[in-house]
This record gives sequence, structure tokens and C-alpha cells, in this order.
Amino acid sequence: MPKATAAIVGSGNIGTDLMYKLLRSDLIEPVWMVGVDPSSEGLKRAANLGLQTTSDGVDALLAQSELPDIVFEATSAYVHRANAPRYSELGIKAVDLTPAAIGPAVIPPANLTEHLDKPNVNMITCGGQATIPMVYAVSRVVTVEYGEIVATVSSVSAGPGTRANIDEFTRTTSQGVKGIGGAKRGKAIIVLNPSDPPMIMRDTIFCSIPLDADRDAIADSIHRMEKDVQSYVPGYRLLQEPQFEDPTEISDGMARVSIFVEVEGAGDFLPPYAGNLDIMTAAATKVGDELARNIVGARA
Amino acid sequence: MSDISSADGTAANGLARTFSADLDIRITDTSLRDGSHHKRHQFTAEEVRTIVTSLDEAGVPVIEVTHGDGLGGSSFNYGFSRTPEQELITIAAKSAKQAKIAFLMLPGVGVKDDIRMAQDNGGSICRIATHCTEADISIQHFGLARDLGLETVGFLMMSHSQPPEVLAKQARIMADAGCQCVYVVDSAGALVLDQVSDRVAALAAELGDDAQIGFHGHENLDLGNANSVFAARAGATQIDGSARRFGAGAGNTPVEAFVGVADKLGWRTGIDFFKIVDAAEDVVRPAMPDECKLDRMALMMGYAGVYSSFLKHAYTQAERYRVSGAEILVRAGARKLVGGQEDQLIDIALELQREQAAN
Repeated sequence: MPKATAAIVGSGNIGTDLMYKLLRSDLIEPVWMVGVDPSSEGLKRAANLGLQTTSDGVDALLAQSELPDIVFEATSAYVHRANAPRYSELGIKAVDLTPAAIGPAVIPPANLTEHLDKPNVNMITCGGQATIPMVYAVSRVVTVEYGEIVATVSSVSAGPGTRANIDEFTRTTSQGVKGIGGAKRGKAIIVLNPSDPPMIMRDTIFCSIPLDADRDAIADSIHRMEKDVQSYVPGYRLLQEPQFEDPTEISDGMARVSIFVEVEGAGDFLPPYAGNLDIMTAAATKVGDELARNIVGARA
Repeated sequence: MSDISSADGTAANGLARTFSADLDIRITDTSLRDGSHHKRHQFTAEEVRTIVTSLDEAGVPVIEVTHGDGLGGSSFNYGFSRTPEQELITIAAKSAKQAKIAFLMLPGVGVKDDIRMAQDNGGSICRIATHCTEADISIQHFGLARDLGLETVGFLMMSHSQPPEVLAKQARIMADAGCQCVYVVDSAGALVLDQVSDRVAALAAELGDDAQIGFHGHENLDLGNANSVFAARAGATQIDGSARRFGAGAGNTPVEAFVGVADKLGWRTGIDFFKIVDAAEDVVRPAMPDECKLDRMALMMGYAGVYSSFLKHAYTQAERYRVSGAEILVRAGARKLVGGQEDQLIDIALELQREQAAN
């Protein structure tokens, strides 16, 4: 079966981890890896695995006669803002793993099919990829007036970009809890934990539910969503059965369901504790696969 | 005396550093912020008005008012505020005649807009807290606070968990970002005497004149006052406490007792001992749901090094899932949870419940 071709722009941790996942895809052939540092580990690994590599940045990639069908951008928001119009002009689909958020945000089990025709899609945040599917799982059953997520990641897996701009994480993620998760109001909290050995990413999702909600139907929807996410993030799992609680003194009058999730990475390039990074690359691969299916299908 | 300051040939009161020409030690009362945990975030406007009025009248120079978990802390995870915190900050600022109003924010929970709003509502000291290894997540917030003309304080939470030299490096990150006073924060009430002065001294050596040093104590091993004295002698010029200990865990350093101790040691705090004693007993205590007790649960936190605000949540989960609250806290310590991970106490309670069922 013919595959769509792809370039990975950004040869850091994310780009390199993504490469291993794309190499396993039945629909995408990663052909290029683009970096800016000739000594980068990612570029070396890419070259060893048969990809064409350059350390001359995206200019070198786009100057070629043969262009990729899809670009996965794992640089920074700043760089992607500069690159995105160029991809778009050349008719290259962009999957954006930076916080640039130029295109619509995509959470595969919630809204992937809505945006396959867009030139550029954004992967939100790691915390968003891990939690918004569960907000969606609740809101497809009952009205969620308020959704709140708490993402805890190991300190070593939180890179300088996240650290310098932690407000961006909370803002972008809470917007996704609303816009994609379907909660009327949203809040996101991120906690960094430095324990050693590093802890595996954990996420807790709290959703308000009506007092008379069908709790079995909600629990069933949550379990189905766990399986859906597992189809592209094998290390995604519920730690506990969903917990239902009537309103308390400190719940602002709301009943709630609490959902506890752990995300263990596949250990492709990043260690298994870095589930926060793994879920980004796995979700981007899932999005890329669906884009590739359309691209290849259109050619056939 | 064998303390560090006397070796420096300092003032007769034995302090190597003083806060200002008028004050040797500046005290911040945090009963309306740290006490929010004990109160389960249920302060009323009237309680804040009367407490601020009485503390202000006693001469307390700084009063902190915020949700226990800082700006934006009102949530499922930490508990929703009965009265919006920005409303409480407004009331506090209007009620205080001489005291400055401080507010706390934790990057990852609150955002920059919360800081702007708190300033608009009358807050003038921005205190920014991170876990003590994660100071770099506060850089953007210190930058904003200084740009806005706010006085800044940095909180290195869970300071017991890292050695002095690590804390000093983290303090440097905050100071370089615009923090004017870095606190050694004993969130778990786990530090013991010299462990406080060693940490404060390391910060003093690192920061020099670039920033002041503060100490925030908890009573979980009954050492709030003694630790604060050790901190001051090692160079801390800002000390936190709460009237009647009104704070998380077994509470904070009791301000009224520390003022008495400071008087005896010849340290000027600007606070009238008799007035603060009255305020603590007649105004603050009636707003407390209960005394902050040094009971089994509180002792577990000091002993196992657990974030003090987990206390009320551990009680709640213990009751809900019929497991031992003390065991929840011990396991929270073993899992090396940090401040903000209240959600994981539910996971621990469920784990304990499963183990009980299996036995």
C-alpha cells in the first residue's frame, strides 16, 4: 500500500520519539528529519535509520523538488509560527506539536474527523491529550457544567519550554477542556514532581455531573474511552474505577465524578515515565495516520 | 551565644541582618491564607474584615489573604472557596489602615491575570510559591510582579526535602527573576532547628544583598517558634506566622508567641504583644472551626515529611473509604507527593481500601 511521506521538523526529544512511532505506521513513511544542530542525537539516529537528514533547518527541506505530504513540527511555538504559512502555501499538511496553536486543536477520540481538511492542526498540550478525552467521555453522556484536570509530570520530563511558559499550559489546556471536552467551564492545574526515580505521568479528571445523572452510563463511557485512547497510546490506563460523589461543603454545590489515569510511555526514545511526552507523539501519529489515509485515498 | 551572627560582630540583639531601620524582623500573618486550609476555604467576608482590622490594629505589618492553595486555588482538587478570594483581598485592603496585604500564587494553579487582579483589588505583596526544586517555573511571574511594581516574595516549598546547597541554587533562580525575599518554607513542619539555620545560612551566603531571606514554619513537630528563632539568628529577616496557629496541619508558628519571644530577645517586630494576644484569642479563635491540634495526623506529617495542607483532605478520604488517615499520610510521604497533589490522596485511600479487602 502506498504511504504518505512525512518530514519531522525538530530533532529534539519529541521529534526523535515521534520518528520511532512513524516508522511503525502503515500509512506514513517518515522520509526527512530536519534539525539545526548537526551534532544532535536525533539527527544521528534518523540517519542511521535511513532518513534523509539536514541540520540546515526548514529552508533546506522546502528547497527540494520533492516535498513531504505532511510535516510534523516539534520545534517551538516561535519557529512554527514562522514556518506554518510556508507549509500551507506549498500544500503541505502540518501537525503542530508546539504551543503555537495556529490550526484547530485536535484530540483524536473527540474531534479528529472534524479537522482532516484543515491545513494545520495543533496537538494542544500533553495534559490536554491525557485528560480531555475523559472530559469528552463524561460530557457525551451528561451536561458537564465544570471540568477540571490535574496533570502531574516528573520534573525531568518538563522541558525548558514548558517551564518558561507554564501559564500557557494551563490556559491552553483549560480551553481544550471546554472547547473540545465539552465542559461549560474548564480549569487545568499542572504539578511538577521531582521524585527519583521519576514518577510516571498521572492525571486526575474531575467533572461535575447532574444530581440525577445515570452514573453507570457515565462509568461505561469512561471505560470505552480508555479503550479508544489505548488504541493509539498503549500505556494509557485507568488507575481506579471512576469515583462518584454527592455535593460536599467544598464542592460548590456540585456532584462530581473523579477519574484517575496513568500514562506510561512506550519507551521509544524517551523513558517510560515520560508518558506526557509519549502521549503527544502517539496522538500526533494517530492524527498523521488519518491525514495520510485521506491523502493516499485521494490519489488512488 | 554560639550563633552565626555573633561571629559577625553584629548588633546587640544578636541578629546578623535586620529587615529595615525600624524593624528587626518583619512578620507576615498568614491566618487568612494558610488558615484557609484549616477553614476548608470557607471564610466569610465578615470574618476577614474583623480579623484584618484586629491584626492591623495590633501592628501586624503584612497580612496574607488568599485561597490556601493560592490565587485560582478554588477548585474540586483543593476545595472551592465560600467567598471568592479576590473579594476577600478587596475587603482586607479596605480594612487595613497600616498593614500591607499580601497574596500567594502557585505557578501551575494560578496565572498572571490573577496577579493583576489581586493588585487591582489592593494587594501589594506578591508571594510566589514553587516546590523547592522547581523555582524556574516562577520566572515569568516574578517578572510580571516586578513590572507591576509589586513587592515580591518567593516560597521554596517543602524545603526539608532538599539539602542547603540545592535550596541556595533555587533561591538564586528566584532572586535573579526579581524575587526580593526568598523564604525557606517548611511546608511539612519537618525541619528541626539546625536544619533551618543551615538552610537559611546557605541562602544568605548565596544571595548576599541581592535578596532577603524568610522562614515559614509549621507546628507538626511543635517547633514553629524555635525554628523561627533559629532562622532569624541565621539571617532571616521576614518570618511567617498565624495568630492562634491558624494554618494547615498543626498550624503555623503562633504569631502572638513569636512576638513575645522577639520582645524578650530585643527584636523589634512593630507588633504590640498584648494587642496581638487579644486579637488571637478574641477575634481569630472564634473564626476557627477548631484549634490547630498537634495530634496523631499532624505528627505523622511532620515525621513523614508530608505537605501540611493534605491534612483535611486525608481526613475526608479516610472517612469516605473507611481507611486510616494516618496511613494515607504516611503513604503520601512514601510516594514523595509534593504540594498540589491532593488528588492522589483519593488514589491512596482506594489502594488502602483494596488492601484491606484482600486481607
